[in-house]
Amino acid sequence: MSEALLKTALSGASSDGFVRVEELGPQGMITLRGDFDSAGFAAAVKKAVGLALPKQRKISTGKGGSVAWMSPDELLVLVDYDQVGATVAKLNAALEGEHALVADVSDARAFFRLSGADGAVRDVMAKLAPVDFSPAAFGKGDIRRSRLAQVAGAFWTPEEGVMQVICFRSVAQYTFDLLSVSAETGGEVGHFG
Amino acid sequence: MLILHCPYCGVDAEETELHAGGEAHLKRFGPGSSDEEFEGYLFHRENPKGVHFERWRHVNGCGKWFHAARCTNTLEVFGTYSAQVFEPPQELQDKISAKRPGWEWRDLKGSDQ
Amino acid sequence: MSTRLSTGGRLLNKDKQVRFAFNGKQFHGFEGDTLASALLANDQMLVGRSFKYHRPRGIVASGAEEPNALVGLGLGAKFEPNQRATTTELFDGLNCSSQNHWPSLEFDIGAVNNKLARFFPAGFYYKTFMAPRAAWKHVFEPIVRQSAGLGRVPKDRDADRYEHFYAFFDVAVIGGGVAGLQAALAAAEAGAKVLLMEQTAHWGGRAPVDGGTVEGEKVDDFIDATVAKLQAMENVTLRTRMMGAGVYDHGYLTGYERLTDHTPDQDGPRHRLWRIRASQIVTATGAIERPLSFAGNDIPGVMLAGAMRDYIVNYGVSSGDRVVVVTNNDDAYRTAFTLKRHGLEVPVILDARPEGGGKLAELAREQGFRVENGKAISKVKGGKRVTGVAICTQAGEGAVLEEITCDAVAMSGGWSPVVHLWSHCGGKLTWDEAQAHFRPDPNRPPLGAEGQGFVKVAGAANGEFDLGAILKDATEAGLSAVTAAGLKPKSKAEAPAGETLAEANPAAVWLMPQGAGPALRMKAFLDYQNDVKVSDVMLAAQEGYESVEHTKRYTTLGMATDQGKLSNINGLATLAHSLNVDIPQVGTTTFRPPYTPISMGAIAGEARAETFQPLRRTPMHDWHEEQNAFFEPVGHWRRPYCYPRQGESHAEAVSREINQTRAALGLLDASTLGKIIVKGPDAGRFLDMMYTNMMSTLKPGKCRYGLMCNENGFLIDDGVVARIDEDTFLCHTTTGGADRIHGHMEEWLQTEWWDWKVYTANVTEQYAQIAVVGPKAREVLEKLGGMEVSKDGLKFMEWADGELAGIPVRAYRISFSGELSYEIAVPASLGRALWDKLLEAGAEFNVMPYGTEALHVMRAEKGFIMIGDETDGTVIPQDLGLNWAISKKKEDFLGKRAQLRSHMADPNRWKLVGLETLDGAVLPDGAYVPASGNNANGQRNTQGRVTSTYHSPTLGKGIAMALVHNGPDRMGEVLEIPGTDGTIYKARICDPVFYDKDGEKQNV
Repeated sequence: MSEALLKTALSGASSDGFVRVEELGPQGMITLRGDFDSAGFAAAVKKAVGLALPKQRKISTGKGGSVAWMSPDELLVLVDYDQVGATVAKLNAALEGEHALVADVSDARAFFRLSGADGAVRDVMAKLAPVDFSPAAFGKGDIRRSRLAQVAGAFWTPEEGVMQVICFRSVAQYTFDLLSVSAETGGEVGHFG
Repeated sequence: MLILHCPYCGVDAEETELHAGGEAHLKRFGPGSSDEEFEGYLFHRENPKGVHFERWRHVNGCGKWFHAARCTNTLEVFGTYSAQVFEPPQELQDKISAKRPGWEWRDLKGSDQ
Repeated sequence: MSTRLSTGGRLLNKDKQVRFAFNGKQFHGFEGDTLASALLANDQMLVGRSFKYHRPRGIVASGAEEPNALVGLGLGAKFEPNQRATTTELFDGLNCSSQNHWPSLEFDIGAVNNKLARFFPAGFYYKTFMAPRAAWKHVFEPIVRQSAGLGRVPKDRDADRYEHFYAFFDVAVIGGGVAGLQAALAAAEAGAKVLLMEQTAHWGGRAPVDGGTVEGEKVDDFIDATVAKLQAMENVTLRTRMMGAGVYDHGYLTGYERLTDHTPDQDGPRHRLWRIRASQIVTATGAIERPLSFAGNDIPGVMLAGAMRDYIVNYGVSSGDRVVVVTNNDDAYRTAFTLKRHGLEVPVILDARPEGGGKLAELAREQGFRVENGKAISKVKGGKRVTGVAICTQAGEGAVLEEITCDAVAMSGGWSPVVHLWSHCGGKLTWDEAQAHFRPDPNRPPLGAEGQGFVKVAGAANGEFDLGAILKDATEAGLSAVTAAGLKPKSKAEAPAGETLAEANPAAVWLMPQGAGPALRMKAFLDYQNDVKVSDVMLAAQEGYESVEHTKRYTTLGMATDQGKLSNINGLATLAHSLNVDIPQVGTTTFRPPYTPISMGAIAGEARAETFQPLRRTPMHDWHEEQNAFFEPVGHWRRPYCYPRQGESHAEAVSREINQTRAALGLLDASTLGKIIVKGPDAGRFLDMMYTNMMSTLKPGKCRYGLMCNENGFLIDDGVVARIDEDTFLCHTTTGGADRIHGHMEEWLQTEWWDWKVYTANVTEQYAQIAVVGPKAREVLEKLGGMEVSKDGLKFMEWADGELAGIPVRAYRISFSGELSYEIAVPASLGRALWDKLLEAGAEFNVMPYGTEALHVMRAEKGFIMIGDETDGTVIPQDLGLNWAISKKKEDFLGKRAQLRSHMADPNRWKLVGLETLDGAVLPDGAYVPASGNNANGQRNTQGRVTSTYHSPTLGKGIAMALVHNGPDRMGEVLEIPGTDGTIYKARICDPVFYDKDGEKQNV
């Protein structure tokens, strides 16, 4: 299959306001549901992605990718797009005998990156989500599922001055427009510094 | 606008992240039940001014259903708890009794303290 | 004359002149002016007309409480009606016009109402419009509509943008006066995360105008120092031009920030609505001065004493050269001092209290003012401007003792704490007899999520008016808020010592003079904007209105855009007096948010233009747009309805798409169909409960059409289920049903059968799905190559994974059109690529992409039902002849018990049939089939209704589906169905499968 055929929802659109907004991807994403208390489940995740289970509302990152806590029985595994097939296979093999569900959802999502001054990035997010974005309440390693204006979204901050946002693919344009208009020059809030 | 603590993901979620799901602890009646039982299950609901038990879903969040005990009059929230129980935990019932002595709800009765 | 003084004006930058226009006339003001102060500086006291009598109205206040000075602000897409001149900061190029007059402000035809005022008392409308009935429609309503409403509705789309902002604090303080500053400081020093907001552009509130000292220094210095301290603290957020708009449940607080109202050419959002959550809220919202009720108190030039002082000190503007001061309290003496200090004349201070005032009154006498105790204004003289006052004794009936020439009156009826935000969420009030005002009852605060009080009050808003008391009260409020927020105070601030001259208690004066007769009462205004007078409220009481809420609606007292900020207390005191009861017994009307009107744009926030609502797009959406597809909304999706070509009507396009699909090859973007994975050892058992059919017996590799009902027994969704492996199913839902059905499944798994081992995942958007339909469908797939799609290699109702043209796909051999058909699922990122390849390979067959209308017509030709057309939430599968899809073997499924109820099993239910018109016409959508006789309500009986109706290009005639009483037993019967235009359609009942009854076309 030719890489050239692949199209993300917005073909890498970007905008520059007081915060830069860009579409990333394609990004490998795997929904993994199972019993977190089962030793076999945790071992399978460790074996396939090389990471321990993240704690509640945390995302952990290693060489092989990231694992994010989505609910008490659901993880989101992030790996390179071309590694998804292999990772799904590894997970399924390692989960043999466990009650679990592994689903490739790489194409179901749009993936955005906000970058700029840390306070400015937080200001943009706080225009859209009913979440406390102060560094004390939401820092590196935290992930939150909430809503961005009228659509569901999840976001985390991998490093200072950066926020990564995922939403459903069909509303990629809406979400991009939301983020861009919120980051438009003149709309600086200055709340988070 | 309410805030409820989601017992599954630990977030104090505001109402716009939540979806209300009506009365808690309904017992399902299926085939083989009498018309009266089925009618009660399908249509009869409590409408108290005071202590009430409800179902909520953290729909813009972890997606999990949970239970909430609150006062429909003052909007005081006594607590939230697992969706996978048939009645409110005793600890919560005691807490409600402390605040609303003598409360009643369906078959549940709080103590007078 | 009102004019600019050479002194005063602490908020002005006199080096910077600003041009503005009022009613087309050009004026000048200074940077720092409000529109109101600039109008006064240009001797424009007359600013509008009242609502009912079109009486001339002048500026009366200096802040948010202003009832009169409302203007239409801006032009074109920037126009906004009903803007208060007192809170509008002046900017260069400001353009505004007065309201509610014709042809001009100075000469207004509507003022004839004023002459007829005696015929328009309270309740006039209610009494007049009772009868005759016809008069309402033809006479009254047109007149009322013509004359109703203040201000014009904007005609253009709003050019500005707006936004929301979510913020979280331990303590939010509303009001940046001395009390708010001190409360914020106390809370912040104790370690809380604090927000302090101030509705104006300046810190300090009234204190710089009213004077006083803190720790021996001027109060202005204390303000500057406190602001500087707060600015330096990391745990403090300071915002000016931000109003506390509303307090709601669980510490929700809205802050209305006006960003560019004063600099309209600046980039950026105009307003920002802060959606705040605070553990504790401190309202330090100050107090509002009350007018006094005397005859002619609405004539331009009669102003609140405090406002008159503000205009001099803050803006260097005098409201008149010769000002009579009339008061029931000590504070108004400060206005007299200020007037004198700036060289203006005060001929007399009328103090309604027989015993007079306290230290301030003493000081006035020392300074040589003429002070008259126990005296009042009998009436004000003048028309569009005050020319003098007639003086009387307050205790009497208004006999004139003396007439004094003046061009302005400064009145003060005492101060009412601003209790709005305290009250929004249920905080209760208590009547303070000594101060004659309502203030918050600390024992009955609004209750939060834990049942605790979550609002504290500080300063004048709490009924404290002495600077020392205010600072003490505010310190305490700030500290107690920190403790109440659950924090341990890091330090405990001491209140600084504040000093002002002590004030004597005011007297309760609700009517001036107290024995004023009907003639005077008819000119004593309570509500300036809505023209409610003392006489109206008394009439309401006389006619039996005892509740203040009823009186409000009967008289319209407090119903104007100012929501009774000036009129409420005077009005309810008048009502109490008329009913001969105590004021607290009458109580107040309900305070509702917002505190002052906020813009619709701020409420909508970012939800406008492109971001008004989410539009869902499939991976092929761009292609559809390139083809100029006509889109129809399906939920938030936009799906192509058809692809009209140049000069083609939609109907022609739909026919072309159908004909070519049935003749050769069509393509449908079916990506919007819901796709849910259901997996686990109990998945089969679970789906047996979800669907009416038996799903657990489905073999891996096979597909089955299934129906879903709710516990009421009614159909809620349908779709094809594919079994992927022993443990895994993939359930297709309708386009609108994906999220709903996924939620439905999760609800049952989480709340009823939580011990069943089943997981679900909604993978709707992971796949683009393309229906390849028509006799050439197999040929085109074989052309792409890569997988087995032959008649026996991939049988009808089977699925297989494979590749087409090198792209990984899952092919389902299912058909919703009756043709040979494959639905190809492909990862969404490759959806467009496969779509393009199919178009390319299909070119030789003249491949025809088709839209939702062609889809609908083709399914109707085949007699397939559509959720939402044949179902409406009251239809069970049995009604639709779908008994074959209801398992008889299963003990239970959702809806089974409900379908056993007597009404559901009733043989008299309407059932699905086909209808074909005798003349080939198309039946109107939703038409009812009448039956003979009338029902109990006198309405015509019915025996059925049309659920789907189309022109079938395949059959060349109109076809329809309908639910008809005993329909399946009435084959061949001709029904008469009226349209809405008088046409009676004749249609024959027939089998709903119109096309290829034996399914030969799909099974090739």
